[in-house]
Amino acid sequence: MATDDQCIRMEQVCYTVGGRTILTDFDLLLERGVNRTILGVSGSGKTTILKLLLGLIHPQSGRILINGMEITGRPEAEYREQRKKIAIVFQGGALFDSMTVGENVGYRLFEEGRLSEREIEEIVREKLRFVGVEPALNLYPAELSGGMKKRVAIARALAADPEYIFFDEPTTGLDPIGVYNIVSLMRRLQEDGKTTLMVTHDLATAFATSQRFSLLHESRLAFDGDEEALKACPLPNVREFLQPTDASLFV
Amino acid sequence: MQLASIDRAAIRFLAELQGFFALSGQALQRIFQRPWYYRDFAIQFDKLGFGSIVICFLTGLFTGMVMALQFMIQLKPFAATSYIGGMVAVTMIKELGPVLSALMVAGRVGSAITAELGTMVVTEQVDAMRVEGTDIVQRLVTPRLKAMLLAMPLLAIMTDGVSLLGGYLIAAGYGISPTMYLSSFTQFLFPIDYFEGLIKPLAFGGLITMIACHTGLNTGGGAEGVGAAAKRAVVVASVTVLMVDFFLAKLIVVFR
Repeated sequence: MATDDQCIRMEQVCYTVGGRTILTDFDLLLERGVNRTILGVSGSGKTTILKLLLGLIHPQSGRILINGMEITGRPEAEYREQRKKIAIVFQGGALFDSMTVGENVGYRLFEEGRLSEREIEEIVREKLRFVGVEPALNLYPAELSGGMKKRVAIARALAADPEYIFFDEPTTGLDPIGVYNIVSLMRRLQEDGKTTLMVTHDLATAFATSQRFSLLHESRLAFDGDEEALKACPLPNVREFLQPTDASLFV
Repeated sequence: MQLASIDRAAIRFLAELQGFFALSGQALQRIFQRPWYYRDFAIQFDKLGFGSIVICFLTGLFTGMVMALQFMIQLKPFAATSYIGGMVAVTMIKELGPVLSALMVAGRVGSAITAELGTMVVTEQVDAMRVEGTDIVQRLVTPRLKAMLLAMPLLAIMTDGVSLLGGYLIAAGYGISPTMYLSSFTQFLFPIDYFEGLIKPLAFGGLITMIACHTGLNTGGGAEGVGAAAKRAVVVASVTVLMVDFFLAKLIVVFR
């Protein structure tokens, strides 16, 4: 069991937007060193969970704690420092259009202003080398493929050495080689001691990168446990989600 | 049923207004706070200010010319064409220069700011910036506001100057000498009129930027949402410029 200062926690979180209930009494625990995936069908509110954990949006009720500090109900400026322990790889990469790949990756370091330009460039090159896109240093995001954008986004997430990295559908829209590259990168990050939280509906990627799983179904937590328990879970909505879909049936 | 929808619309409007004033307050406060983001300020000043020179030049030139032409027709029967310079000057410096340049800038710059920020919102770039620890008001809004607060009065002065030149080109065709044209300025213009001609563009610049930024940062709904937001920003900014122009004019009349 992790102590409060070594985990991210959601307690009884309810979130409604435009009259639509996204989350009802949702609980989540992300312990340091235990990688987790939140599963759910498209549009079920998985990305909303990441945004709530980052304090980008606020729940109507419930508590969210990052390493023991409650962020709910506080102004953004108060938890900005705490949030720096987390990085996120957005679904589309969310790279800054007006900046080069190098400027994107070094963004947080430039903002903090603690390091010289030379030191930042060294870190940027190292991170880009890690994800395998160093030659793209001076290119703009518009010149990159989807897979490269995601790898640059991972490099940007790594640049400030966060404790936790969130992944929002990291393999969606990628070809099998792209998926393999991203999964390999995630596993290398985990070996380096980063804790990952991923939201996806891609079961293969989830099983390849996580030890714990949460299943979101109709705004509620339908399941929380490890892979073995998930596969053995008799609940109908869990079985339905895990049932493999054979596309050839439709041909 | 109808009452409920009016109620909802009123609440939405008031919430929008509250959001606008909150964002404006934060942006103004951050003008005097670090980090300064000099590079962003310079880029925005270039895009918003220098980029609007041609459009304001043409607006000023042709408005000055048409004003002179119309005044000339009106003044000729009274043998008062010698007042043409003063009449063009007072109309342009107090009213048309600031208002027309602001309307041009609202169309060009307002839509550009909203589209840029709106695209950043829908592609999650703004969220990414926030996660990276950036104060988005300081980074995205304040440099644009500072650039416009500086650029808009300068653009209005240029529009005024060019319109006076345009007015003279027409007046000269009717035999008005440069001395006669210039000397009539002092008969119509007082120091408070120059003040009015400077304070208005300053206010318009701030309003256009804040309306565009607020609309952009509250964009939703993908590419279609960005287009709709840009259109809304231009309409709201243009109408607000005209409304605020009246109230500022009324206020200045009190102090005359």
